[in-house]
Amino acid sequence: MQLTLAPIPFYWPRETVLNFYEQAAHWPVDRVVVGENVCSKRRELRTDDWLNVAQRLRDAGKEVAVSTLALLEAESDLKTVERLCRQHDISVEANDFSAVNALHREGVPFSTGPYLNIYNAQTLDLLVADGMNRWTLPVELGRETLKTLLAHIDSSALPLATEVMAHGYLPLALSARCFTARALERPKDACKRVCIDYPTGIPVDSQEDQRLFTMNGIQTLSGDILDLQAQIPEMADLGVNALRISPSQPEMTDIVASYAAAIQSRESQPTPASSAPYCNGYWFEEAGMIHHAI
Amino acid sequence: MELVCPAGSLNAFKAAVENGADAVYLGFRDETNARFFAGLNFNDRAAQKALTIARDRGVKLFVAINTFANNQHWEKWQAAVDGAVDIGADAIIAADIAVLDYAHRRYPDQALHLSVQASATNAGALSFFHRHFNIQRAVLPRVLSLPQVEALSQSSPVDLEVFAFGSLCVMAEGRCYLSSYLTGESPNTVGACSPAQFVQWQTEGDTLNARLNGALIDRYAPDENAGYPTLCKGRFKALGKQFHALEAPTSLNTMDILPRLHQAGVKALKIEGRQRSPAYVAQVVKVWRAAIDHYLANQDAFQIDPRWQSQLMDVSEGAQTTIGAYTRDWQ
Repeated sequence: MQLTLAPIPFYWPRETVLNFYEQAAHWPVDRVVVGENVCSKRRELRTDDWLNVAQRLRDAGKEVAVSTLALLEAESDLKTVERLCRQHDISVEANDFSAVNALHREGVPFSTGPYLNIYNAQTLDLLVADGMNRWTLPVELGRETLKTLLAHIDSSALPLATEVMAHGYLPLALSARCFTARALERPKDACKRVCIDYPTGIPVDSQEDQRLFTMNGIQTLSGDILDLQAQIPEMADLGVNALRISPSQPEMTDIVASYAAAIQSRESQPTPASSAPYCNGYWFEEAGMIHHAI
Repeated sequence: MELVCPAGSLNAFKAAVENGADAVYLGFRDETNARFFAGLNFNDRAAQKALTIARDRGVKLFVAINTFANNQHWEKWQAAVDGAVDIGADAIIAADIAVLDYAHRRYPDQALHLSVQASATNAGALSFFHRHFNIQRAVLPRVLSLPQVEALSQSSPVDLEVFAFGSLCVMAEGRCYLSSYLTGESPNTVGACSPAQFVQWQTEGDTLNARLNGALIDRYAPDENAGYPTLCKGRFKALGKQFHALEAPTSLNTMDILPRLHQAGVKALKIEGRQRSPAYVAQVVKVWRAAIDHYLANQDAFQIDPRWQSQLMDVSEGAQTTIGAYTRDWQ
């Protein structure tokens, strides 16, 4: 089973991002997906910068891909996505059907991230026919659906690798509204990219102080962090090809190392703590925020 | 410009037809549609009756089959498509690739509209669905500004339908899992957001607590109107403040921009609300029919009758309305 480092969901300063990937080059991850998939206004790194980061990681021996924006609004967003899809040097991870359509037109194989609604076997078949060779299970789906879809991939001999998000804030929703700017009483058009001040987002709690969500610009993430390290042996048995770690803080060395060790030994350890408590309910086909201690 | 109206029951269907709908959309009684609530929606017989009423009045009937199918119960989505074709639906509104693919292959002549739940916001995504399923129309997610809708109308390979009035989804539809994060059930999987069986009302002295699967969504003082605990519209704490951190209870109302939507070439205006009463449907459809007719007859001198706005305000969530994402201020 491979380990994939998913794109950074938050807006970090350029130096933080570059340092992060310098470290990642030495981490025990097989694959690194880079790029901005949340907000087109985030410009500490531009498209060419992301492609350069990917090239450096490839030179360091990693498989690489660059991720596309998940929610497109302006025509300029579509141009950015189509430009990424026209370059054939770095493989592309599609997070919207505009990217799927462009990559099909280009005739290049592609992977898909967690933002595409792939809920059934027929969707897998059609996207494989369009060129998809790796997909990510939508985060609200659990073990039973995964089993059904893996069985289909196996019986139909689809040339398709399956990734499951195993660690990180769950990407729950996207909006036209920037919740971070609004919470700070700034108009979106004058946000001054203030989300850069919140490297792990802004926690949203109930009036009883129950952690519910995390604001990340136009994105709403889960309040707690997904952690499926305990499920690694089960996922390996099911035939999952790769686990996906979404950075939950700038310092990810220990978390990545503990996942890599668990994959290697097929024995999970408690995952080192991150910037919020852990949850795993979706895996059990329950409310995502639930945490089952194993 | 077509006025597309909701019906969760035969009486609501009649109300929509009698008050001037050009088309009415409905769903069947299971999780194949995004308003799967107890006591709502149509069995085959009711759908057949609805069709008779629609045909008598020259009104179109659309069937929404707009959740995401799972393979364990695929036959339900298949049956819904077969049923919609059997009764002679003028269009099927669908979001899931499995549903669209089945409908397009099995019934190549059946008109397909792309549901808002497919979350297609741009010409590239619309081209994907057009290339595979020959969709004729797409309902746009409530995330685009008015200039973005105008631009997309130029580049779209298919006709566009936009939301004109009703409950406001803050999130890009079809890509929101807030409900399943708290309850395990979401619009995509079971066709309901913040499902009623997880709602709990609890009095605590003078205070009324609204909970969803145990989580406190809002707390109301005696002089406050309590709303349904849709989780994105709760009062939460962030940055040391307590406020409607995502969105306040409010309804979408786009009457102010009706002329620009028409000029942009938008083909249809959608009224949300299959979960609402026949009286609600009658009121909202009547006002929108009057507004559209008045606009079409007086395109250079369109003026909103203040009574229309007050009639819409009366039935709005939280007694307030917004133009939503169409204006950058809301975003």
